[in-house]
Amino acid sequence: MKDGPNLTRTPPAKGGFRLGRRASRAIWLATLLVPPALLFLTFVVYPMISALVYSLYEWRGISRLGFYGLENFRTLLFDQPWQAWTINAFWHNVVVFVTLMVVQNAVALVLALILGSNPRGSRFYQVVFFLPVTLALVLVGFQWKLFLNPMFGVVNKLLDALSQGIERLVGLQVDLSQPWLGQESTALVALILVNAWRWLGFPTIVFLAGIRSIPHEYFEAARLDGANEWQVARHVTWPLLAPAVTIIVILTFIGSFNWFDLPYVMAGLDGPPGKSTDVLGLYFYRTAFGEVSGGLQNFGQGSALAVLMFLFILVVSVVWTRALRSREVELQ
Amino acid sequence: MMAKSTTKRLLLITLVLSLVGFGLAQTKLTFWSWRTEDVDEYNEIIAGYEAEHPGVDIEFQAYETSTYQTVLSAALSAGEAGDIVHVRAYGNFETIADFLLPLDDQVPALADFPRLALDGERRRSDGRVYAVPFASQTLVVYYNTDIFSELGLAPPETWDEFLSTAQTIKDNGYIPLANGTATTWMNEVFMGVFGPNFYGAEFFDDIMAGEADFTDARFTGALEKLLELRPYMTPDFEGIDYATAQNLFANGLAAMFAGGSWEIANFRDLNPDLNFDLMPGPAAEAGQPQLVSWFLDGGYAVNAASPNQEEALEFVRFLATQEFGQQLTDMLQNISPIPGVVSTDPLLAKVAELNQTSTPYIMLVGFRYETPSGSVMMQERLPGMFAGEITPEQVGSEVTEGIATYFAPFQN
Repeated sequence: MKDGPNLTRTPPAKGGFRLGRRASRAIWLATLLVPPALLFLTFVVYPMISALVYSLYEWRGISRLGFYGLENFRTLLFDQPWQAWTINAFWHNVVVFVTLMVVQNAVALVLALILGSNPRGSRFYQVVFFLPVTLALVLVGFQWKLFLNPMFGVVNKLLDALSQGIERLVGLQVDLSQPWLGQESTALVALILVNAWRWLGFPTIVFLAGIRSIPHEYFEAARLDGANEWQVARHVTWPLLAPAVTIIVILTFIGSFNWFDLPYVMAGLDGPPGKSTDVLGLYFYRTAFGEVSGGLQNFGQGSALAVLMFLFILVVSVVWTRALRSREVELQ
Repeated sequence: MMAKSTTKRLLLITLVLSLVGFGLAQTKLTFWSWRTEDVDEYNEIIAGYEAEHPGVDIEFQAYETSTYQTVLSAALSAGEAGDIVHVRAYGNFETIADFLLPLDDQVPALADFPRLALDGERRRSDGRVYAVPFASQTLVVYYNTDIFSELGLAPPETWDEFLSTAQTIKDNGYIPLANGTATTWMNEVFMGVFGPNFYGAEFFDDIMAGEADFTDARFTGALEKLLELRPYMTPDFEGIDYATAQNLFANGLAAMFAGGSWEIANFRDLNPDLNFDLMPGPAAEAGQPQLVSWFLDGGYAVNAASPNQEEALEFVRFLATQEFGQQLTDMLQNISPIPGVVSTDPLLAKVAELNQTSTPYIMLVGFRYETPSGSVMMQERLPGMFAGEITPEQVGSEVTEGIATYFAPFQN
């Protein structure tokens, strides 16, 4: 009996059949796994496959015409003016990523190192830095759009006061106030800085958690051996922070290349002025769903663009994650 | 037993018949639109129609303006859109024309509509009209009558008068022209307000016939003239967006605003105490007519997949009547293209009068059908031109080059 099948343990259900433990476990697992799997298939896999299929057809507006091969991709990459638009938008995504790495993540790392040494009020600053992350993005966008308004905005008011101060002190005539969002030279940078302002708290907290998880003895040992603060940071904290760096780099990369919401709210669908704030997300939206001033919307080209973006982000993320992971091992 | 089941059967038949009868009596139609701000007025108009057409129940459904085109096109292709749909004109309309019923043989009143209005809802491939034109827009200059009378100014009629008027306003501490260049589509409007008086009434036809392109001196000369307005626009105009410009004018900080006839209602909403009037863009020389840009805003169409086409068509025929046009004008401050409609509002009446000397709003009417649209090409270059980074000649040749990718007359 002892070695026999495990049937007697569960009393048989009334008039029903009895299930083995293995089977009931399988059913249990299935009830847990099937709904999310179905959701994933319906809302992730199916749209991805249909986007791929759409991208291979010719479209007139929303009507699908014949099979088109790779023509949509060719148009986007090699025909004018699409090629210029694609390169312009892609380049801006690159600028966004690089700038965010420098002004957002590097600053976050410095802040985390400072907060990690538990100065007075570190809890308070932790909350302050994280606060903008919790604000709704549309709110942040509109608020900064007002701040940057050349007529009423607080930014230019401060810069005007600063310019006057400089003039009075040094006698140098300067005008620091600018129509930030209206100039091709400043619009993208202004948007990136607003993005950094909003997200700064997130990498800070991730880095800080990484620093706090490093056993305290390591720091003590290093200091006993006579290491100064820079050496501790360089040779103890930095290598052990590698997993957090990996996460932040990859998330920033994906976020930068999917950037849509903030430029949409603050600048607009067509990346004004003169496409200087255009990024792939906005370009995709305009192409697939149309814009009031545009020509026909084109699902095929839009889907092709989405496929290109997806492949680029996927390949780079996978390759880069691997590289960063092996770097983590090397550093440790 | 037998009697009972007969009774039952009779009851059932009565029930079914009454349901069918109810269904017949109450044909339910849905009417989709982007005019979220006009819901009450449309419901009132519809209630009047329903009173005269018992058995038809029309529900007006308004969707958010900026996503309406996307929602509508997706719903039409899935066969789920309303029976009657409010559609835009020109290129935006052609995107969805496959899913609409041709109306020219169904709505006799269309025969009396102005040709230019019908062209906005005409599909170029078959020449048929798919929607009843509902309102037109005209591009004008608004001016603050209080500021003008304070400074003793009269509405300028020529370009030189316009510039000297603007200078006087500036000297007295007001912003002469509220406009900025930060909102892309407003740049095209800006050109539409001032451009026609320099490129002239024949230019549109010359372009469409391929006898001229946008490198033509008439067009680049008009662009060049816009640059003379820079000193009179809001300071740091590069960063002034549409909403800011509207507010500067509505709150009396700026004396003039170049924009579309749709702003009449906006300014009244923003500041009910604002005293303002409108005028056409100034003529190049004294004695020339003052031309305004004109375009059709949209129309009412019937979904080809509607199960109640006859009822929907009947309603759309009503939307083409003078009775409806008058209601639309009186209640919604729209300028109806329906013949015989007279506006009692003095500003709307003025717009209707200006429409007598109008020319098509060039890029919207002619070049929003294909990509790259003439509008996008213009809009993305004008901020650079205002900033002095590219010349009007460069704008003209790049726009021509872009349009030439699909417009045969430009290709030789």
